[in-house]
Amino acid sequence: MREIGAALITETIARLCIEANRNLPEDVACALKTAAQEEPYEPARALMDLLVRNEGVARETQMPICQDTGMAIVFADVGQEVHIAGDFEAAIHEGVRRGYVDGLLRKSVVADPLRRVNTKDNTPAIIHTRLVPGDKVTLTVAPKGFGSENMSRLAMLTPAAGVEGVKRFVLETVRLAGANPCPPMVLGIGVGGDFEQVAEMAKRALMIPLGEENPDPFYAALERELLAAVNESGIGPQGLGGKTTCLGLHVLAKPTHIAGLPVAVNVSCHVTRHASAVL
Amino acid sequence: MRKLTAPLSREDALSLRAGEQILLSGTVYTARDAAHLRMLDLLAAGKPLPVELEGQVIYYAGPTPTPEGRPVGSIGPTTSVRMDAMTPALLAQGLRGMIGKGGRSAEVVEAMKRHGAVYFAAVGGAAALMASCVTSLEVVCWDDLGPESVKRLTLQDLPLVVAIDAQGNDAFALGQAEYLRSREERHES
Repeated sequence: MREIGAALITETIARLCIEANRNLPEDVACALKTAAQEEPYEPARALMDLLVRNEGVARETQMPICQDTGMAIVFADVGQEVHIAGDFEAAIHEGVRRGYVDGLLRKSVVADPLRRVNTKDNTPAIIHTRLVPGDKVTLTVAPKGFGSENMSRLAMLTPAAGVEGVKRFVLETVRLAGANPCPPMVLGIGVGGDFEQVAEMAKRALMIPLGEENPDPFYAALERELLAAVNESGIGPQGLGGKTTCLGLHVLAKPTHIAGLPVAVNVSCHVTRHASAVL
Repeated sequence: MRKLTAPLSREDALSLRAGEQILLSGTVYTARDAAHLRMLDLLAAGKPLPVELEGQVIYYAGPTPTPEGRPVGSIGPTTSVRMDAMTPALLAQGLRGMIGKGGRSAEVVEAMKRHGAVYFAAVGGAAALMASCVTSLEVVCWDDLGPESVKRLTLQDLPLVVAIDAQGNDAFALGQAEYLRSREERHES
Protein backbone atom coordinates (compact mmCIF):
# COMPACT_ATOMS: atom_id res chain seq x y z
CA MET A 1 0.00 0.00 0.00
CA ARG A 2 1.34 3.41 -1.01
CA GLU A 3 1.64 5.97 1.75
CA ILE A 4 1.04 9.70 1.31
CA GLY A 5 1.76 12.01 4.21
CA ALA A 6 -0.59 14.72 5.43
CA ALA A 7 2.19 17.29 4.98
CA LEU A 8 2.30 16.68 1.22
CA ILE A 9 -1.47 17.15 1.03
CA THR A 10 -1.28 20.42 2.95
CA GLU A 11 1.54 21.72 0.78
CA THR A 12 -0.27 20.76 -2.43
CA ILE A 13 -3.59 22.31 -1.39
CA ALA A 14 -1.83 25.56 -0.39
CA ARG A 15 -0.12 25.75 -3.79
CA LEU A 16 -3.35 24.97 -5.69
CA CYS A 17 -5.31 27.68 -3.79
CA ILE A 18 -2.77 30.28 -4.89
CA GLU A 19 -2.40 28.99 -8.44
CA ALA A 20 -6.15 28.78 -9.05
CA ASN A 21 -6.69 32.36 -7.89
CA ARG A 22 -3.94 33.85 -10.05
CA ASN A 23 -4.05 31.87 -13.28
CA LEU A 24 -7.31 31.38 -15.10
CA PRO A 25 -7.52 27.87 -16.64
CA GLU A 26 -6.42 27.86 -20.27
CA ASP A 27 -9.86 26.83 -21.58
CA VAL A 28 -11.62 29.71 -19.78
CA ALA A 29 -8.98 32.26 -20.85
CA CYS A 30 -9.30 31.01 -24.40
CA ALA A 31 -13.12 31.15 -24.32
CA LEU A 32 -12.92 34.76 -23.06
CA LYS A 33 -10.64 35.77 -25.95
CA THR A 34 -12.76 34.05 -28.57
CA ALA A 35 -15.98 35.56 -27.20
CA ALA A 36 -14.36 39.02 -27.14
CA GLN A 37 -13.45 38.69 -30.82
CA GLU A 38 -16.89 37.39 -31.78
CA GLU A 39 -18.95 39.90 -29.78
CA PRO A 40 -20.83 42.00 -32.36
CA TYR A 41 -22.03 44.75 -29.96
CA GLU A 42 -19.34 47.38 -29.51
CA PRO A 43 -19.94 48.34 -25.83
CA ALA A 44 -19.95 44.64 -24.92
CA ARG A 45 -16.77 44.03 -26.91
CA ALA A 46 -15.03 46.84 -24.98
CA LEU A 47 -16.02 45.18 -21.69
CA MET A 48 -14.85 41.78 -22.92
CA ASP A 49 -11.48 43.31 -23.84
CA LEU A 50 -11.15 44.56 -20.25
CA LEU A 51 -11.82 41.05 -18.93
CA VAL A 52 -9.16 39.61 -21.26
CA ARG A 53 -6.72 42.30 -20.11
CA ASN A 54 -7.54 41.58 -16.47
CA GLU A 55 -6.70 37.91 -16.89
CA GLY A 56 -3.33 38.89 -18.40
CA VAL A 57 -2.55 41.41 -15.63
CA ALA A 58 -3.29 38.79 -12.95
CA ARG A 59 -0.98 36.31 -14.63
CA GLU A 60 1.84 38.87 -15.00
CA THR A 61 1.58 40.52 -11.59
CA GLN A 62 0.52 37.33 -9.76
CA MET A 63 -2.33 39.25 -8.15
CA PRO A 64 -5.68 37.45 -7.68
CA ILE A 65 -7.81 37.64 -10.85
CA CYS A 66 -10.86 38.59 -8.78
CA GLN A 67 -11.01 40.05 -5.27
CA ASP A 68 -13.55 37.38 -4.33
CA THR A 69 -11.06 34.56 -3.96
CA GLY A 70 -13.97 32.44 -2.89
CA MET A 71 -14.64 29.57 -0.56
CA ALA A 72 -12.18 26.79 -1.27
CA ILE A 73 -14.09 23.87 -2.75
CA VAL A 74 -11.82 20.82 -2.72
CA PHE A 75 -12.44 17.68 -4.75
CA ALA A 76 -10.34 14.71 -3.67
CA ASP A 77 -10.28 11.43 -5.57
CA VAL A 78 -8.41 9.07 -3.28
CA GLY A 79 -7.04 5.81 -4.68
CA GLN A 80 -8.15 2.88 -2.54
CA GLU A 81 -4.57 1.56 -2.53
CA VAL A 82 -3.31 4.70 -0.79
CA HIS A 83 -2.83 5.05 2.93
CA ILE A 84 -2.98 8.64 4.15
CA ALA A 85 -0.60 9.12 7.05
CA GLY A 86 -2.28 11.69 9.28
CA ASP A 87 -5.65 13.45 9.37
CA PHE A 88 -6.76 13.88 5.75
CA GLU A 89 -9.40 16.59 6.19
CA ALA A 90 -7.32 18.52 8.74
CA ALA A 91 -4.45 18.48 6.21
CA ILE A 92 -6.74 20.02 3.57
CA HIS A 93 -8.02 22.75 5.91
CA GLU A 94 -4.43 23.56 6.90
CA GLY A 95 -3.51 23.80 3.20
CA VAL A 96 -6.35 26.25 2.61
CA ARG A 97 -5.26 28.29 5.63
CA ARG A 98 -1.68 28.51 4.38
CA GLY A 99 -2.65 29.18 0.79
CA TYR A 100 -5.01 32.02 1.68
CA VAL A 101 -2.71 33.59 4.28
CA ASP A 102 0.62 33.22 2.41
CA GLY A 103 -0.93 33.94 -1.01
CA LEU A 104 -2.60 37.17 0.21
CA LEU A 105 -5.99 35.87 -0.84
CA ARG A 106 -9.14 37.32 0.68
CA LYS A 107 -10.54 35.66 3.78
CA SER A 108 -14.21 35.35 2.90
CA VAL A 109 -15.54 32.72 5.33
CA VAL A 110 -17.61 33.27 8.48
CA ALA A 111 -17.63 30.59 11.18
CA ASP A 112 -21.40 30.57 11.55
CA PRO A 113 -24.01 31.55 8.96
CA LEU A 114 -26.11 33.57 11.43
CA ARG A 115 -23.57 34.88 13.93
CA ARG A 116 -21.10 35.75 11.12
CA VAL A 117 -17.63 36.08 12.60
CA ASN A 118 -14.85 35.89 9.99
CA THR A 119 -12.52 32.90 10.53
CA LYS A 120 -9.65 35.11 9.23
CA ASP A 121 -7.99 32.23 7.34
CA ASN A 122 -10.70 31.22 4.85
CA THR A 123 -11.21 27.85 6.54
CA PRO A 124 -12.98 25.54 6.56
CA ALA A 125 -12.81 24.20 3.02
CA ILE A 126 -15.76 22.38 1.52
CA ILE A 127 -14.46 18.87 0.80
CA HIS A 128 -15.88 16.28 -1.60
CA THR A 129 -14.00 12.98 -1.32
CA ARG A 130 -14.46 9.94 -3.55
CA LEU A 131 -12.77 6.59 -3.20
CA VAL A 132 -11.47 5.47 -6.60
CA PRO A 133 -9.39 2.54 -7.91
CA GLY A 134 -5.61 2.90 -8.00
CA ASP A 135 -2.79 4.30 -5.88
CA LYS A 136 -3.00 8.01 -6.71
CA VAL A 137 -4.66 10.99 -5.04
CA THR A 138 -6.09 13.68 -7.32
CA LEU A 139 -6.73 17.02 -5.65
CA THR A 140 -8.66 19.88 -7.26
CA VAL A 141 -9.16 23.28 -5.64
CA ALA A 142 -12.01 25.30 -7.11
CA PRO A 143 -12.33 28.70 -5.38
CA LYS A 144 -15.96 29.79 -5.73
CA GLY A 145 -17.08 33.39 -5.45
CA PHE A 146 -20.52 34.00 -4.01
CA GLY A 147 -21.65 36.74 -6.39
CA SER A 148 -22.40 33.91 -8.77
CA GLU A 149 -23.00 31.18 -6.16
CA ASN A 150 -25.91 33.23 -4.75
CA MET A 151 -27.63 33.09 -8.15
CA SER A 152 -27.61 29.27 -8.26
CA ARG A 153 -30.92 27.37 -8.00
CA LEU A 154 -32.28 23.87 -7.51
CA ALA A 155 -35.72 22.46 -8.34
CA MET A 156 -37.41 19.11 -7.85
CA LEU A 157 -39.36 18.95 -11.11
CA THR A 158 -41.90 16.26 -11.94
CA PRO A 159 -41.12 13.62 -14.58
CA ALA A 160 -43.84 15.17 -16.78
CA ALA A 161 -41.86 18.43 -16.91
CA GLY A 162 -39.31 16.57 -19.02
CA VAL A 163 -36.54 18.16 -21.02
CA GLU A 164 -38.67 21.26 -21.69
CA GLY A 165 -39.06 21.77 -17.95
CA VAL A 166 -35.29 21.53 -17.49
CA LYS A 167 -34.68 24.08 -20.26
CA ARG A 168 -37.26 26.47 -18.80
CA PHE A 169 -35.66 26.22 -15.36
CA VAL A 170 -32.16 26.91 -16.70
CA LEU A 171 -33.31 29.94 -18.71
CA GLU A 172 -35.36 31.26 -15.79
CA THR A 173 -32.27 30.95 -13.56
CA VAL A 174 -30.20 32.93 -16.06
CA ARG A 175 -32.88 35.63 -16.31
CA LEU A 176 -33.13 35.94 -12.53
CA ALA A 177 -29.32 36.09 -12.26
CA GLY A 178 -29.16 38.90 -14.81
CA ALA A 179 -26.24 41.25 -14.20
CA ASN A 180 -25.49 39.94 -10.69
CA PRO A 181 -23.14 36.96 -11.25
CA CYS A 182 -20.58 38.90 -13.36
CA PRO A 183 -21.62 37.67 -16.80
CA PRO A 184 -20.39 36.22 -19.08
CA MET A 185 -21.30 33.25 -16.94
CA VAL A 186 -20.31 29.62 -16.94
CA LEU A 187 -23.13 27.24 -15.99
CA GLY A 188 -22.87 23.82 -14.35
CA ILE A 189 -26.11 21.90 -14.65
CA GLY A 190 -27.02 18.71 -12.80
CA VAL A 191 -30.02 16.59 -13.79
CA GLY A 192 -31.25 13.51 -11.90
CA GLY A 193 -29.96 11.81 -8.77
CA ASP A 194 -31.53 13.17 -5.59
CA PHE A 195 -31.63 16.49 -3.76
CA GLU A 196 -27.98 16.66 -2.67
CA GLN A 197 -26.45 14.70 -5.53
CA VAL A 198 -27.89 16.99 -8.18
CA ALA A 199 -26.27 20.03 -6.55
CA GLU A 200 -22.89 18.32 -6.40
CA MET A 201 -23.20 17.30 -10.06
CA ALA A 202 -23.87 20.91 -11.00
CA LYS A 203 -20.70 22.00 -9.19
CA ARG A 204 -18.63 19.24 -10.79
CA ALA A 205 -19.97 20.24 -14.22
CA LEU A 206 -18.23 23.63 -13.77
CA MET A 207 -14.89 21.86 -13.91
CA ILE A 208 -15.39 20.22 -17.31
CA PRO A 209 -13.18 22.06 -19.84
CA LEU A 210 -15.14 24.62 -21.87
CA GLY A 211 -15.67 23.46 -25.43
CA GLU A 212 -15.55 19.79 -24.47
CA GLU A 213 -18.58 18.04 -25.84
CA ASN A 214 -20.79 15.76 -23.74
CA PRO A 215 -19.99 12.12 -24.67
CA ASP A 216 -23.74 11.39 -24.86
CA PRO A 217 -25.07 12.90 -28.13
CA PHE A 218 -28.45 13.58 -26.49
CA TYR A 219 -26.86 15.74 -23.81
CA ALA A 220 -24.37 17.26 -26.26
CA ALA A 221 -27.36 18.50 -28.30
CA LEU A 222 -29.08 19.78 -25.13
CA GLU A 223 -25.92 21.67 -24.12
CA ARG A 224 -25.68 23.31 -27.57
CA GLU A 225 -29.34 24.26 -27.52
CA LEU A 226 -29.18 25.70 -23.98
CA LEU A 227 -26.02 27.71 -24.71
CA ALA A 228 -27.59 29.22 -27.82
CA ALA A 229 -30.78 30.06 -25.91
CA VAL A 230 -28.87 31.68 -23.02
CA ASN A 231 -26.86 33.76 -25.48
CA GLU A 232 -30.10 34.90 -27.14
CA SER A 233 -31.13 36.60 -23.88
CA GLY A 234 -29.27 39.84 -24.59
CA ILE A 235 -28.02 40.13 -20.97
CA GLY A 236 -24.44 40.39 -22.20
CA PRO A 237 -21.18 41.12 -20.35
CA GLN A 238 -21.89 42.69 -16.93
CA GLY A 239 -25.60 42.70 -17.83
CA LEU A 240 -25.16 45.84 -19.93
CA GLY A 241 -26.32 44.14 -23.14
CA GLY A 242 -24.60 41.96 -25.71
CA LYS A 243 -24.32 38.53 -27.22
CA THR A 244 -21.83 37.09 -24.72
CA THR A 245 -23.99 36.10 -21.75
CA CYS A 246 -22.48 32.63 -21.26
CA LEU A 247 -19.01 31.32 -22.14
CA GLY A 248 -20.06 27.69 -21.89
CA LEU A 249 -22.16 25.19 -19.97
CA HIS A 250 -22.11 21.51 -19.21
CA VAL A 251 -24.78 19.04 -18.12
CA LEU A 252 -24.13 16.04 -15.89
CA ALA A 253 -26.94 13.50 -15.58
CA LYS A 254 -27.46 10.54 -13.20
CA PRO A 255 -30.17 7.95 -12.58
CA THR A 256 -33.08 9.19 -10.51
CA HIS A 257 -36.35 8.01 -8.89
CA ILE A 258 -39.47 7.19 -10.95
CA ALA A 259 -41.26 10.09 -9.24
CA GLY A 260 -38.60 12.75 -9.69
CA LEU A 261 -36.64 15.03 -11.99
CA PRO A 262 -34.19 17.02 -9.87
CA VAL A 263 -32.35 19.84 -11.65
CA ALA A 264 -29.68 22.17 -10.30
CA VAL A 265 -27.95 25.11 -11.93
CA ASN A 266 -24.68 26.22 -10.37
CA VAL A 267 -24.01 29.68 -11.74
CA SER A 268 -20.40 30.73 -12.13
CA CYS A 269 -18.70 33.78 -13.60
CA HIS A 270 -16.05 34.60 -16.19
CA VAL A 271 -13.48 33.82 -13.47
CA THR A 272 -14.36 30.11 -13.22
CA ARG A 273 -11.24 28.81 -11.50
CA HIS A 274 -9.78 25.48 -10.59
CA ALA A 275 -6.35 23.91 -10.30
CA SER A 276 -5.48 20.22 -9.92
CA ALA A 277 -2.56 18.02 -8.93
CA VAL A 278 -2.06 14.26 -8.96
CA LEU A 279 -0.06 12.80 -6.06
CA MET B 1 -14.55 60.32 -21.44
CA ARG B 2 -15.91 62.54 -18.68
CA LYS B 3 -13.83 62.76 -15.51
CA LEU B 4 -15.33 63.25 -12.06
CA THR B 5 -13.88 63.64 -8.60
CA ALA B 6 -15.48 62.25 -5.44
CA PRO B 7 -17.00 63.48 -3.15
CA LEU B 8 -19.68 64.45 -5.69
CA SER B 9 -21.93 67.48 -5.68
CA ARG B 10 -25.66 67.15 -6.17
CA GLU B 11 -25.14 68.89 -9.54
CA ASP B 12 -22.57 66.25 -10.56
CA ALA B 13 -25.04 63.49 -9.71
CA LEU B 14 -27.96 65.13 -11.48
CA SER B 15 -25.92 65.72 -14.65
CA LEU B 16 -25.02 62.06 -15.23
CA ARG B 17 -27.01 59.87 -17.63
CA ALA B 18 -27.48 56.09 -17.54
CA GLY B 19 -25.08 54.36 -19.92
CA GLU B 20 -22.49 57.15 -19.79
CA GLN B 21 -18.90 56.03 -19.16
CA ILE B 22 -16.87 58.05 -16.69
CA LEU B 23 -13.49 58.00 -14.96
CA LEU B 24 -13.77 58.55 -11.22
CA SER B 25 -10.95 59.98 -9.09
CA GLY B 26 -10.87 61.24 -5.51
CA THR B 27 -11.92 59.72 -2.20
CA VAL B 28 -14.47 56.93 -1.77
CA TYR B 29 -15.27 54.54 1.10
CA THR B 30 -15.74 50.77 0.97
CA ALA B 31 -18.68 49.22 2.80
CA ARG B 32 -20.34 45.86 2.29
CA ASP B 33 -23.05 43.86 4.07
CA ALA B 34 -21.59 43.80 7.60
CA ALA B 35 -20.55 47.48 7.59
CA HIS B 36 -24.00 48.47 6.33
CA LEU B 37 -25.62 46.57 9.21
CA ARG B 38 -23.38 48.38 11.70
CA MET B 39 -24.12 51.77 10.14
CA LEU B 40 -27.85 51.10 10.40
CA ASP B 41 -27.42 50.09 14.06
CA LEU B 42 -25.64 53.41 14.70
CA LEU B 43 -28.41 55.37 12.98
CA ALA B 44 -31.07 53.47 14.96
CA ALA B 45 -29.22 54.35 18.18
CA GLY B 46 -29.02 58.00 17.13
CA LYS B 47 -25.20 57.86 17.03
CA PRO B 48 -22.95 59.43 14.36
CA LEU B 49 -21.65 57.33 11.46
CA PRO B 50 -17.88 56.74 11.16
CA VAL B 51 -17.92 58.90 8.03
CA GLU B 52 -20.11 61.94 7.35
CA LEU B 53 -21.96 60.71 4.24
CA GLU B 54 -22.98 64.02 2.65
CA GLY B 55 -21.68 63.96 -0.93
CA GLN B 56 -19.75 60.72 -0.44
CA VAL B 57 -19.51 57.67 -2.65
CA ILE B 58 -19.61 54.14 -1.20
CA TYR B 59 -17.85 51.37 -3.12
CA TYR B 60 -19.30 47.92 -2.41
CA ALA B 61 -15.94 46.18 -2.32
CA GLY B 62 -13.70 44.00 -0.19
CA PRO B 63 -10.17 43.94 -1.63
CA THR B 64 -7.64 41.15 -1.23
CA PRO B 65 -4.84 41.88 1.27
CA THR B 66 -2.37 44.56 0.17
CA PRO B 67 0.88 43.09 -1.16
CA GLU B 68 4.23 44.59 -0.14
CA GLY B 69 5.15 47.53 -2.34
CA ARG B 70 1.65 48.08 -3.73
CA PRO B 71 -1.09 50.46 -2.53
CA VAL B 72 -3.85 47.83 -2.69
CA GLY B 73 -4.61 44.21 -3.57
CA SER B 74 -7.10 43.11 -6.21
CA ILE B 75 -10.30 45.10 -5.93
CA GLY B 76 -13.59 44.93 -7.78
CA PRO B 77 -17.29 45.39 -7.00
CA THR B 78 -19.55 43.00 -5.12
CA THR B 79 -23.25 42.45 -5.92
CA SER B 80 -25.13 45.61 -4.94
CA VAL B 81 -28.60 44.11 -4.49
CA ARG B 82 -27.59 42.70 -1.09
CA MET B 83 -27.26 46.27 0.21
CA ASP B 84 -30.65 47.39 -1.16
CA ALA B 85 -32.70 47.09 2.02
CA MET B 86 -30.09 49.18 3.88
CA THR B 87 -29.46 51.79 1.18
CA PRO B 88 -32.40 54.26 1.45
CA ALA B 89 -31.40 55.08 5.05
CA LEU B 90 -27.89 56.01 3.86
CA LEU B 91 -29.22 58.03 0.92
CA ALA B 92 -31.27 59.99 3.45
CA GLN B 93 -27.95 60.85 5.16
CA GLY B 94 -26.70 62.50 1.96
CA LEU B 95 -24.91 59.56 0.30
CA ARG B 96 -24.42 60.78 -3.28
CA GLY B 97 -23.08 57.75 -5.14
CA MET B 98 -22.62 54.01 -4.99
CA ILE B 99 -20.32 51.71 -6.94
CA GLY B 100 -21.17 48.04 -7.36
CA LYS B 101 -22.39 45.49 -9.86
CA GLY B 102 -25.84 44.34 -10.92
CA GLY B 103 -29.23 46.02 -10.61
CA ARG B 104 -31.02 47.73 -7.70
CA SER B 105 -34.50 47.46 -6.22
CA ALA B 106 -37.32 49.84 -7.07
CA GLU B 107 -37.10 51.21 -3.50
CA VAL B 108 -33.44 52.15 -3.97
CA VAL B 109 -34.13 53.79 -7.34
CA GLU B 110 -36.98 55.83 -5.79
CA ALA B 111 -34.71 56.94 -2.94
CA MET B 112 -31.98 57.87 -5.45
CA LYS B 113 -34.45 60.05 -7.36
CA ARG B 114 -35.66 61.67 -4.15
CA HIS B 115 -32.17 62.50 -2.87
CA GLY B 116 -30.37 63.11 -6.17
CA ALA B 117 -27.92 60.19 -6.08
CA VAL B 118 -26.29 58.04 -8.74
CA TYR B 119 -25.31 54.37 -8.98
CA PHE B 120 -22.23 53.29 -10.94
CA ALA B 121 -21.29 49.84 -12.20
CA ALA B 122 -17.64 48.81 -12.06
CA VAL B 123 -16.43 45.83 -14.10
CA GLY B 124 -17.17 42.79 -11.95
CA GLY B 125 -14.27 40.37 -11.79
CA ALA B 126 -11.69 42.67 -13.39
CA ALA B 127 -10.07 43.13 -10.00
CA ALA B 128 -6.38 42.78 -10.89
CA LEU B 129 -6.77 45.39 -13.63
CA MET B 130 -8.78 47.83 -11.48
CA ALA B 131 -6.24 47.69 -8.65
CA SER B 132 -4.09 50.02 -10.78
CA CYS B 133 -6.79 52.74 -10.37
CA VAL B 134 -6.48 52.80 -6.56
CA THR B 135 -3.54 54.81 -5.27
CA SER B 136 -4.09 54.52 -1.51
CA LEU B 137 -6.03 52.48 1.02
CA GLU B 138 -6.55 53.12 4.71
CA VAL B 139 -8.81 51.30 7.17
CA VAL B 140 -11.25 53.78 8.73
CA CYS B 141 -13.02 51.47 11.19
CA TRP B 142 -14.27 47.97 12.04
CA ASP B 143 -10.99 46.21 11.34
CA ASP B 144 -12.49 43.12 13.02
CA LEU B 145 -14.61 42.65 9.88
CA GLY B 146 -11.48 41.89 7.85
CA PRO B 147 -12.36 42.29 4.15
CA GLU B 148 -15.63 43.94 5.22
CA SER B 149 -14.06 46.81 7.20
CA VAL B 150 -14.68 50.40 6.07
CA LYS B 151 -11.70 51.59 4.05
CA ARG B 152 -10.89 54.98 2.59
CA LEU B 153 -9.65 54.66 -1.01
CA THR B 154 -8.04 57.23 -3.26
CA LEU B 155 -9.04 56.58 -6.85
CA GLN B 156 -7.30 57.63 -10.01
CA ASP B 157 -9.47 57.35 -13.13
CA LEU B 158 -11.48 54.25 -12.17
CA PRO B 159 -13.55 53.36 -15.27
CA LEU B 160 -17.26 53.19 -14.41
CA VAL B 161 -20.60 53.10 -16.21
CA VAL B 162 -23.49 55.17 -14.91
CA ALA B 163 -25.77 52.19 -14.22
CA ILE B 164 -28.76 54.05 -12.75
CA ASP B 165 -28.95 57.83 -12.93
CA ALA B 166 -30.67 60.26 -10.57
CA GLN B 167 -33.71 60.29 -12.86
CA GLY B 168 -34.07 56.52 -12.44
CA ASN B 169 -32.93 55.49 -15.92
CA ASP B 170 -31.36 52.02 -15.94
CA ALA B 171 -28.33 51.22 -18.14
CA PHE B 172 -28.92 47.46 -17.85
CA ALA B 173 -32.40 47.69 -19.36
CA LEU B 174 -31.30 50.33 -21.89
CA GLY B 175 -28.16 48.41 -22.92
CA GLN B 176 -29.95 45.10 -23.34
CA ALA B 177 -32.71 46.73 -25.38
CA GLU B 178 -30.13 48.53 -27.50
CA TYR B 179 -28.23 45.29 -28.17
CA LEU B 180 -31.44 43.44 -29.13
CA ARG B 181 -32.35 46.31 -31.47
CA SER B 182 -28.90 46.24 -33.09
CA ARG B 183 -29.24 42.47 -33.53
CA GLU B 184 -32.55 42.94 -35.30
CA GLU B 185 -30.92 45.43 -37.66
CA ARG B 186 -28.04 43.08 -38.41
CA HIS B 187 -30.48 40.26 -39.19
CA GLU B 188 -32.42 42.55 -41.50
CA SER B 189 -29.41 43.83 -43.42
